[in-house]
Amino acid sequence: MARKVLVLGEVRDGLLRNVSFEAVAAGKTAAEGGEVIGVLIGDSVSALTQGMIHYGADRVVTVEDEKLKQYTSDGFSQALMAVINSESPEGLIFGHTALGKDLAPKIAAKMESGLISDVTSLEEAGGNLVFTRPIYSGKAFEKKIVTDGILFATIRPNNIAPLEKDESRSGDVTSVSAEIKELRTIIKEVVRKASEGVDLSEAKVIIAGGRGVKSEEGFEPLKELAAVLNGAVGASRGACDADYCDYSLQIGQTGKVVTPDLYIACGISGAIQHLAGMSNSKVIVAINKDPEANIFKVADYGIVGDLFEVVPMLTEEFKKLKVNA
Amino acid sequence: MNIYVLMKRTFDTEEKITISGGKINEDGAEFIINPYDEYAIEEAIQVRDAQGGEVTVVSVGTEEAEKQLRTALAMGVDKAVLINTEDDLEDGDPFTTAKILSEYLKDKDADLIIGGNVAIDGGSGQVGPRVAELLGITYVTTITKLEISGSSATVVRDVEGDSEVIETSLPLLVTAQQGLNEPRYPSLPGIMKAKKKPLDELELDDLGLDEDDVEAKTKTIEIYLPPKKEAGKVLEGELEDQVKELVNLLHTESKVV
Ligand SMILES: Cc1cc2nc3c(=O)[nH]c(=O)nc-3n(C[C@H](O)[C@H](O)[C@H](O)COP(=O)(O)OP(=O)(O)OC[C@H]3O[C@@H](n4cnc5c(N)ncnc54)[C@H](O)[C@@H]3O)c2cc1C
Ligand SMILES: Cc1cc2nc3c(=O)[nH]c(=O)nc-3n(C[C@H](O)[C@H](O)[C@H](O)COP(=O)(O)OP(=O)(O)OC[C@H]3O[C@@H](n4cnc5c(N)ncnc54)[C@H](O)[C@@H]3O)c2cc1C
Repeated sequence: MARKVLVLGEVRDGLLRNVSFEAVAAGKTAAEGGEVIGVLIGDSVSALTQGMIHYGADRVVTVEDEKLKQYTSDGFSQALMAVINSESPEGLIFGHTALGKDLAPKIAAKMESGLISDVTSLEEAGGNLVFTRPIYSGKAFEKKIVTDGILFATIRPNNIAPLEKDESRSGDVTSVSAEIKELRTIIKEVVRKASEGVDLSEAKVIIAGGRGVKSEEGFEPLKELAAVLNGAVGASRGACDADYCDYSLQIGQTGKVVTPDLYIACGISGAIQHLAGMSNSKVIVAINKDPEANIFKVADYGIVGDLFEVVPMLTEEFKKLKVNA
Repeated sequence: MNIYVLMKRTFDTEEKITISGGKINEDGAEFIINPYDEYAIEEAIQVRDAQGGEVTVVSVGTEEAEKQLRTALAMGVDKAVLINTEDDLEDGDPFTTAKILSEYLKDKDADLIIGGNVAIDGGSGQVGPRVAELLGITYVTTITKLEISGSSATVVRDVEGDSEVIETSLPLLVTAQQGLNEPRYPSLPGIMKAKKKPLDELELDDLGLDEDDVEAKTKTIEIYLPPKKEAGKVLEGELEDQVKELVNLLHTESKVV
């Protein structure tokens, strides 16, 4: 059944986040041949519309307003409802990001619709669109279908492959005006801690450190390894709580959920709340001096040893590999 | 201050999970207060102690949730309410739960409602914002700090590691993130007192709801465990050789670098 699907693009630091393109790909599947419409909301988003189209959106609708410079649930929901009212879509896809998690349930409540959150894949099967999502902290999965009303889902970043970028694609861009009034929450200040460099939730390689890293300086060898592999540095809660690194690096249930191709856990014991954020990684390597550590149960490869010995050796070996390649 | 806490009884996901008859096997499993709801309970108690008022904890579920409600009472909550759906509903989804909670809350004049940001079993993170929207009140999710003065509130929200300082006003619904506080353990006197505190039970009827009003909008058609990973390979031999082998495996076998 062909459907008209709206896909919310997400802007960070003036650029579209990757999850926007993944959402377009999910939107294509959900549309089953119908139209995929990118939606961009902000104070100035016109320059970004082509990105959505190059990655597969048929056209783009923007809502621009000074009051939409920063995300607020009141502001963005008013903007989005204006688009929904003018387009009457049969499907909606957002990223399962801080923004998507905050906004999607509000929109679902406004429309009295269902919402399938944190989807890692979707496919057409037996006349239904079937959504797969992790449950029980990632220890199990469920397949869900929508039984009534609009098809609405948020997708977990880095799980659904974006379509090939095609710069020759073109599509209409229109704008919808929305009266943004009565913002009941006012953002007084944003304390940015997110580190420079690769966005963790989008990184292909992550080198993560835990309490075993022992100090802020202890992260240096991990950073060097990450640099050689073009990866990002992550951390366990244990390392964040001990002040070895910033909370923006935290991976897990209360931190970021990541699905890189390669996850190297250094001095991390493997608590369930940590595993919930990384157990879907394609290949997991554990480096821990305790052979009984839980992390070895989810690891594809393990080295029992001192991370301060192993990590620099790994860096050297990978450097050699790069030179020979 | 009239404070409500939304609490879910959840499966302890630290336990081993098995499936039988297409469902998560609950026999002999450990059930707990959803960890993020423990932060919610603690915060509610602290706000009440500072500002005065009363804390009521509400759960939608079955009789079995009484145990977790009693624990909340033992921590210091004043009243508990169980909305028992056992006789009325087979299935539900976040729409169902939020609709029931909002029907219960709509005439309660709550100043502050605190929930968890996510349930560790269902994992949708929908119930809090949905309830706020249905009640027409403001919400802030994943909070790590809450300060109330008069009818205004200053909240710190965790946004993927960044912090937003937000000013807003009551009535307000917030959802708790780890770091908000350190939940207390129930004390022995607390446990004794809890036995005498009110634990009311309601059914859909009492809220003027029909099964049709809360019928789920989504349906689970399959639950499964991830394919069992082959036991990981713990490398052996001289450390130097292990490192070489690992790089080789990542390059040639799993082809990730
Ligand atoms: C509600 C809730 C939410 C939570 N959310 C998260 C979350 O999102 N993310 C998260 O990570 N945690 C989370 N936690 C915390 C979690 O339970 C663990 O406490 C935490 O993950 C432990 O961090 P760790 O593995 O670094 O530390 P530890 O458990 O202390 O492990 C350190 C490991 O390092 C090893 N080690 C020490 N020295 C060396 C060395 N020189 N070389 C090699 N190995 C060494 C040790 O053998 C040990 O296995 C949460 C907890 C709760 C209650
Ligand atoms: C009769 C019935 C049968 C159900 N059967 C199923 C089923 O078979 N499969 C299925 O997947 N789901 C089922 N559900 C729904 C499920 O149990 C959850 O209540 C609902 O989906 C909430 O979603 P979540 O677990 O993702 O919670 P989240 O939205 O992640 O929870 C966030 C927060 O909302 C609050 N909250 C969540 N649930 C409750 C609650 N029950 N009571 C009070 N506060 C709460 C808590 O503060 C929690 O921290 C059923 C629900 C009902 C009522």
